Amino acid sequence: MKASTVSQRIESEGKIMSNTSAVLEMPEQSFAGLETRGVHAWFGNHHALSDVSLQFPARTVTGLIGPSGCGKSTFLRLLNRMHEFIPSAAMAGEVLLHGQDIYGEGVDAAAIRLKVGMVFQKPNPFPAMTIRENVVSGLKLAHIKIDNEDDLVENCLSRAGLWKEVKDRLNASGGSLSGGQQQRLCIARSLAVEPEVLLMDEPCSALDPGSTLRIEETIKELAEKITVVIVTHNMQQASRVSDYCAFFLSDGGPGALVEADQTRKMFTNPNDSRTADYVQGKFG
Amino acid sequence: MTIAPPIKREMHVVHSRGDKVFRGIVTAGAMTSLIILGLIGAFLFGRGAQVFSQYGLKFITGTNWSASTEPGIANEFGMGPMLVGTIIVSIIALTFTVPMSIAGALFIEFYAQPRVKKILTALLDLAAAIPSLIFGLWGIQVFTNIGQRWASLLGNRLGFIPIFNTISDNYGRSPFVAGCVLASLIVPITTSVAREVYSRTPRELIDTCYALGGTKWGAIKTVVLPFGKSGVVGGAMLGLGRALGETVAVYLVLNLNFRYTFKILESEGGNVASLIATRFGEASTEELTALIAAGFVLFLMTLGVNMIASAIVTRTTRT
Repeated sequence: MKASTVSQRIESEGKIMSNTSAVLEMPEQSFAGLETRGVHAWFGNHHALSDVSLQFPARTVTGLIGPSGCGKSTFLRLLNRMHEFIPSAAMAGEVLLHGQDIYGEGVDAAAIRLKVGMVFQKPNPFPAMTIRENVVSGLKLAHIKIDNEDDLVENCLSRAGLWKEVKDRLNASGGSLSGGQQQRLCIARSLAVEPEVLLMDEPCSALDPGSTLRIEETIKELAEKITVVIVTHNMQQASRVSDYCAFFLSDGGPGALVEADQTRKMFTNPNDSRTADYVQGKFG
Repeated sequence: MTIAPPIKREMHVVHSRGDKVFRGIVTAGAMTSLIILGLIGAFLFGRGAQVFSQYGLKFITGTNWSASTEPGIANEFGMGPMLVGTIIVSIIALTFTVPMSIAGALFIEFYAQPRVKKILTALLDLAAAIPSLIFGLWGIQVFTNIGQRWASLLGNRLGFIPIFNTISDNYGRSPFVAGCVLASLIVPITTSVAREVYSRTPRELIDTCYALGGTKWGAIKTVVLPFGKSGVVGGAMLGLGRALGETVAVYLVLNLNFRYTFKILESEGGNVASLIATRFGEASTEELTALIAAGFVLFLMTLGVNMIASAIVTRTTRT
């Protein structure tokens, strides 16, 4: 099913969006250029995700929520072609970045991942590298040359909210930082290659509440410049940090998108009763 | 009113009888291997001690090994060239082994199709367990021909470098060829260890490299090689430990020659193990003592290398 804006669709079809396709209400010009059209995902014979169409608004935080096994992490990994690294993984449908199908023939996956970066669940700075080397590691990997490394390192660490804490020990090992600091270092590392979209897969699930709060602040600041898509198990986190939410659910079969809307609406007056039950903690 | 300072009470961890019995069994198991090792060392030292006291350092550095069966003519035992030969042949073997093992391990772990990977892993572990004699015989068949060709190529083209210099053209029985045979012997175990270490690279670190726009080679260079570095060194040392004591390959290839030689293409050389194998059968009582003493030196060398190797491997698994 093809995605379109809500207003267009109501005009053309005269009904509310179906439960497998959702479009976030937004002004047309703020579209981030990333959208999925009818994507499915499989692991071997296991159909994990079914027919998800979603557009992401630019310079906002979109939270992907839902109980375990609903396919939200799978969906996230489809957005920058990390899905294909799992043996036996398959997909259908299209993921479009500025109109280009990223799974199309001849598309350089590495180039896509430069534009759509990713931060993982556990903080994972490269252990053999210093803080500074960690920040610029992406540039080395992608063979990008830069004129002023010092500026870049400061800029990325500042945006990740870590600069003040580490500016005097940039040559210390990344592993010498606390868990929360390590995760902010990972964010800085992702920012160095200047992605348009940053995908975050439960970035706070391994952190204490204090560190979580710091990361959430960082995420909100990041969204002033780039588009963030974050998977979270934590309803409070979704309500604190996201502007838009997409609710995924599996009824025993493949996970599907139930609805997507502004976070405030999702938490106060969702269209689907299952969304209401989930955000109120009645299941999941 | 003053409050009395707290008095520390004694605490004991009480083990049940079952715990004690089990502890005894596993301790005995662990001790047995240590005791056997100790007894071997003590036996070799005890039987060879006379030689050490008689020849002193000359036993290690001396270059003459002559045992006479006739009374009145003095024996002379100096194993120096054999020690040097041991090291030279082992270095040649490692020169081939390390790059091959790294490449092989990376291929199996990161490039082979899942099915090929499974088969190769099983074959490799199997190969690592094949007795060295089998490998030695195979290696000799193959490498006295192939290795000879490589050796003559080296000798002809790079003969101006002292170690490749040679006067004879019988390359087939050179330390170089012995090193090739040895390499074929220790490649499986080294590759096996390297693959094991590489496979423990955290998946998330590799994923991160991809997520940053890196290629597979980029991920290997950035994450896998640094992560596996000390593991590979440890694996190579384990291989070296095997190479040092390897008898058959060297015994069958090399002509024993008691001269210090660094010319690896020359048809001479030897190592400690092949010295023992060559002389043992017809040795007089005195020479036997000297051979046992040589065995003790080799025992210490191998033990040292293995200890260093396990220390390095332990360090990897900890980080």
